[in-house]
Formats: sequence, C-alpha cells, structure tokens
Amino acid sequence: MANKWGMAVDIDRCTGCQACVIACMSENNIPINLDEHFNNRRAISWIRVDRYWEGEYPHVKARFLPLLCQHCGNAPCEPVCPVYATFHNDQGLNVQVYNRCVGTRYCANNCPFHARFFNYRRPVWPETYNNYLNEDVTVRDRGVMEKCSFCVQRINRATREAKRTGDEEFINTLQPACAQACPTDALVFGNLNNPNSQVSTLFHDDREYTLQESLGTEPNIRYLKKVDKEAAPEPVHA
Amino acid sequence: MRNRPVLTAPQINDELLWPVMTLERRHVLAFIPPFLLVLAGVVATTVLVWQGLWVTGLQRPAFWGFFIVNFVFWIGVSHAGTMISSILRLTQAEWKRPITRAAEVMTVFSLVTALMHPVIHAGRPWRILYWLLPYDFFRGIWPDIRSPLVWDPVAITTYLTGSILFVFTALIPDFAIIRDHATGWRRKIYGWVALGWRGTPRQWQLQGIFGILMSALILPVFVSVHSIVSWDFAVSVVPAWHVTVYAPYFVIGAVHSGVSMVLTLMALMRWIFRLENYIWEDHFDAVGRLLIVIATLWLFFFFLDFSFSFFTREEQELAVMERRLFQWPFNVITIIMVLTSYVIPIPLWMNRRVRRNIALMFWTSILVNIGMWLERFFLIIPAIERKQQLTFLWSNYVPSLVESTIVLASFGMVGMLLILFAKFFPLVPAWEQKEGQTFRQTIQIGDAQVDAVIRESEEERAW
Repeated sequence: MANKWGMAVDIDRCTGCQACVIACMSENNIPINLDEHFNNRRAISWIRVDRYWEGEYPHVKARFLPLLCQHCGNAPCEPVCPVYATFHNDQGLNVQVYNRCVGTRYCANNCPFHARFFNYRRPVWPETYNNYLNEDVTVRDRGVMEKCSFCVQRINRATREAKRTGDEEFINTLQPACAQACPTDALVFGNLNNPNSQVSTLFHDDREYTLQESLGTEPNIRYLKKVDKEAAPEPVHA
Repeated sequence: MRNRPVLTAPQINDELLWPVMTLERRHVLAFIPPFLLVLAGVVATTVLVWQGLWVTGLQRPAFWGFFIVNFVFWIGVSHAGTMISSILRLTQAEWKRPITRAAEVMTVFSLVTALMHPVIHAGRPWRILYWLLPYDFFRGIWPDIRSPLVWDPVAITTYLTGSILFVFTALIPDFAIIRDHATGWRRKIYGWVALGWRGTPRQWQLQGIFGILMSALILPVFVSVHSIVSWDFAVSVVPAWHVTVYAPYFVIGAVHSGVSMVLTLMALMRWIFRLENYIWEDHFDAVGRLLIVIATLWLFFFFLDFSFSFFTREEQELAVMERRLFQWPFNVITIIMVLTSYVIPIPLWMNRRVRRNIALMFWTSILVNIGMWLERFFLIIPAIERKQQLTFLWSNYVPSLVESTIVLASFGMVGMLLILFAKFFPLVPAWEQKEGQTFRQTIQIGDAQVDAVIRESEEERAW
C-alpha cells in the first residue's frame, strides 16, 4: 500500500521557539530573509509560527500557530494552476514543479492558509554559503511559487533506501526538517496508512481539529487543541 | 432633430480620407503624449522584467494588484465595440453608422493592451508562452483546462479574432476607395489588402451577410469574455470574490465603461479629425441615452453584490463589504466611484441639452471611466488583502511607481494605436456613410424636412 504522509501539530506543546523555521530554511535552500523582505511582506518561510494574542490586558496570552502547507486532499491551489505546476501525487503530497511554474500566482491567491510564497527576485546567498546549500533541493529562480514540500527529498531518499535494503525502518523513522528540529515534539510526521504510526494515533486524538474546516479542503495536517484550564470554554478565535 | 447634411460621395471621400492622405500638425501633436506614455511604459516594463516583480508593490497575501485591475478594466472597455456594432446592427439603429468602426477598433486595441497585462504580471514574459500555448506535447502535459486562467486566453483570443475579422471586413470597401484614389506605394498596399474588391452586387451581398452573421456570432462571445474574466475571481475561494453575481456584474460594468470610452473617442475624433459632418450632437445624444440605461443596470448590480452577502450573512464576506464601504482608503474610493460613475454623470445626461454639449459629454465620459477603473480596484483588492481568517497575514497593498507607470502607459498605448490606425485607415466607414446617404429619406412635418427612421430591407441591402 502506498504511503500517505501527514502531520500532527500539537499546539499545546508548541513554545513558539521557531526552531522549525530555521531548520526548514537550511534544509530547503530558502533564501535568507532580510529586513526588506519582512518590511515588504515578501519573506519566504515554508513553515512559520503565527503569533496571536488572546485576552485583554493584563490577562494576555500568546498563542502560537505553526503554519505550513496543509497538503490538502482537495487543494484549492491545484485546479487553478493553468500549467499543472502544482498537483497531487499518489502519496498525498501537494507537490510543486518549479520548472513548470509561469508565475500567475493564482495558487497563492487561492490558498486559504497563506502557505505559498513567490520569489519576487532571484535569491542571492553570500558566497561563503555556497557549500551550505542542500544539494538535494532545487534552488528556485525568480518568478516561481514555492511552498512546503514535506521535505520530499527526504521522503524520496528514505523510500529508496527502504526499497534497496528492504528495511522499513528507513520509512518509519523518516522526519522532515521541522519535525526533526522541534524540541518539544509538537510536530509529528508520519505515514497515515500505517495504523501503528504515532501520527495515525494523533489523528484520532480528542483534541484533533482541522484549520478552516468549513472550506472542505481535507488537509493532511491536523492540529491538536491547546489545553488551557484557565481559558474560557469557547474555542480560540484566530 | 438636426437636419442631416446632404453629402455627395466625393465629399465623403474627401472628408473621411484626408487624414490618410495628408499629414497635419495636429495629428503629430495628438500622437506625442500617448507616445511618451508608451515610452515610459516600455522603460517601466524593462525595469520590471530585468529586476523581477520586486519592483512592484505586490506582496503576501495581495499577489494580484494593479496589473490585474487594469487587465479587467481594458477587457471591459473592449466590450464597447460589440455593443455598438453588433447589437446596434442587429437592432438596425441607424445612428450607429459613423461610430461602429471606432468602437470596433477600440475593441481590438484594448484587447491587445489587456492581453499584455497578464504577461507583464507574471514577471517572466517568455514563460507565458508555455501557458498560452499547449506545451510539452511529447510528455503529454497539457494546460489544465480546469483553471480559469486557461479559459481566459481562449475566450479573449476568440473575441480578438472575431473583432479583427469584423473590423477587417468592414474596412475592405474603404481600402478599395483609398486604392482607387491613391498613387504609388499606397495604391499597391491598399490594393493588396482590398482583396480585389470591385463593389459588385455579389461582393456587397457577401459583405452584408458577413456583417450580420458576425454580429450574431460574436454576441455570445461578448457575454462570455467578461464572464470568464470575472470567473478568475468568482471561482476562487477568496471571500467576496467567490460570488455568482460577478459574471453579469462584470459584463454590465464593462459595457458601461466601454460605451463611455466610445463617447470620449467620438469627441476626440471630432476634434482631431474634423468629423463634424459625420459625428453630430445627435450621436452623443443617442449614446447618452443608451448609457443612462446601462449605468442604472450597473448600479443595480452594485447593490446586488452587497445584498447577496447580506442575504447569506457569511461572516468573512460581510467583513470585506464593511471594509469596502467604511474603511480607509476604500471608503473614499467607493464614494469617488459611485459619484463619478453614476451620481454625477447620470443626472446630467438626463438633460437633453447636456447630452448635446460635446465638451460636457467628453468630460463626463472620462469621469465614468475613472469611476469604473476604481470599481475594478474596489472589487479586487480589498478582498484579497483580507483573505480568510488568518489575520496575522493581513496586509495593505500599495502599488509602486513601476506599476502605476505601466497602468498609465496602457492608456497611452490604446491612444497611440488608435491615432496610428486613423492615419492609415478612415475612422468613419466611408461606405457606410454613403449607404446612409443612399437610404436617406426625408419627410415633411409642418414646415420642416425631417429624417425618416430608416429600416433596411433585404432587397435594398442586396442592391
């Protein structure tokens, strides 16, 4: 049976430390975000931690929401691309083909999670960084959309190794960079078609919910609710 | 009604074809401002292609900005041609004669200008060929026909082809006139494009049939083009874009801005090419009356858009509507838009004397188009800036100098192309004028000689 990849994000465990953001940047050759990127709102970070304030002063609480491409099963970004630059593969991944992208940016408009990023200019790294770039990941040129790939290079490598050695452990221990870097294990990645995987169990947790469920995008990422005994009984409104 | 001047065929030839045969200073003067605008636009586009979209004001989540707004605007303007020439041809409105060609040519040029926008918008023009043409045949990867962005080029190129055929067949008899009056290279070139037109009964019959046939064929395209452009928005999941009313709303808005643009063009033609004998106050009067109906219909859809979101009580859609109406800067934009595209011009146009005052009609028609441009901005931008509930990402789109220059240049481009066209082809169809003179009938009412309304019968058409 084919693998179907998914992730559980435990809001209760997230401390907002941004380790996932940094790990993702170095794994996926994401251009360095300078002040001007943030000021222009053009910073690229495939995973980001949105910070929301909850409550009135002095009882203010910071809420962290790690957000990455939800790899929707019924993705709004896919049918609007005129050139099939983004489509669904057989492992439940919403994949992006950089060479096909012509830069209409319709997919980004249609993404309810703001998970897609556009390269407004050609990314530049200081020359000393050249040897630090990940050789498994394409460097995206300007005019191309990009987004979280669930570290598809790692997935491919693990499935290849598993096939070569016949050792399923390669697949079972597979982790994208963000999940690997998370110090509190708030991000749990795994194979949803494996009923014994941790992510499959978390998908049936009591606290489980989907972002913007009303849109019916069937994301492959589930969030686990914050446990806050002092909080009002209503769910947190973003 | 003013008495129609009796014009002889040689006089019509002289008065309509002189811009083609001679060069006057005012033509050059009229050409310079749009040409400078186009030059500025070329510089801005070069900067954009060279530097990438970094030089625009686009950001997250407003990935679409001025280019798309302007694209929708020019597609809208292109609707005038069909409105004037095919609907008025099918309804046999006699007053359409002198303005059909100008309207059709404006359709073609505004479509061409509009088509440039998505190409610039993507930032890498050479890649867009992949999108417009089915690419990668050998790997079996075709454009995704589920995407509205594939419907767009299909609809627009269909409309463009139809409009060019329309203009060209209407031009053939005039080409022949120029051929017969010109010498040297002009004779050769116009002779070539006249496709051997001799004015035989059979040729006239075919030309007439084609005009009627094309009018009927292009009508569905006329409705579909702007509907499909509106589906770029209506098909998406962005709240307040995702509404069914967008298609008819866009079409009627398009007719409103397009027909107003024809008014502007009529006034300019009259001044620049001295067409007082052909474009009269009566024509302004007629277009003005037509516009009152169209504008009121547009206003109805404007309210309908709001009432639909009030009806569904969809929270996010209501938020966008509130932003459109009450939040800076969209509150000001909305006020200017409603004032300029309805509240100021329509009561003025209700007055017969205003409709016959060409200077006033010129300025009010420009007002309408300012309003209709803002309408596109008002429909597209507030919704995309406040997309979905992830408030952390909300932002305000501020267009950059490069974007504004390209938008201004698009106006220059249409103007420049129109003036160039007028230098090489008569803007008022000479043969239609002569036909009008042939069918001219006057009736005596009291002491006055008044034109009868003319209906062309099939036998007359095929004379």
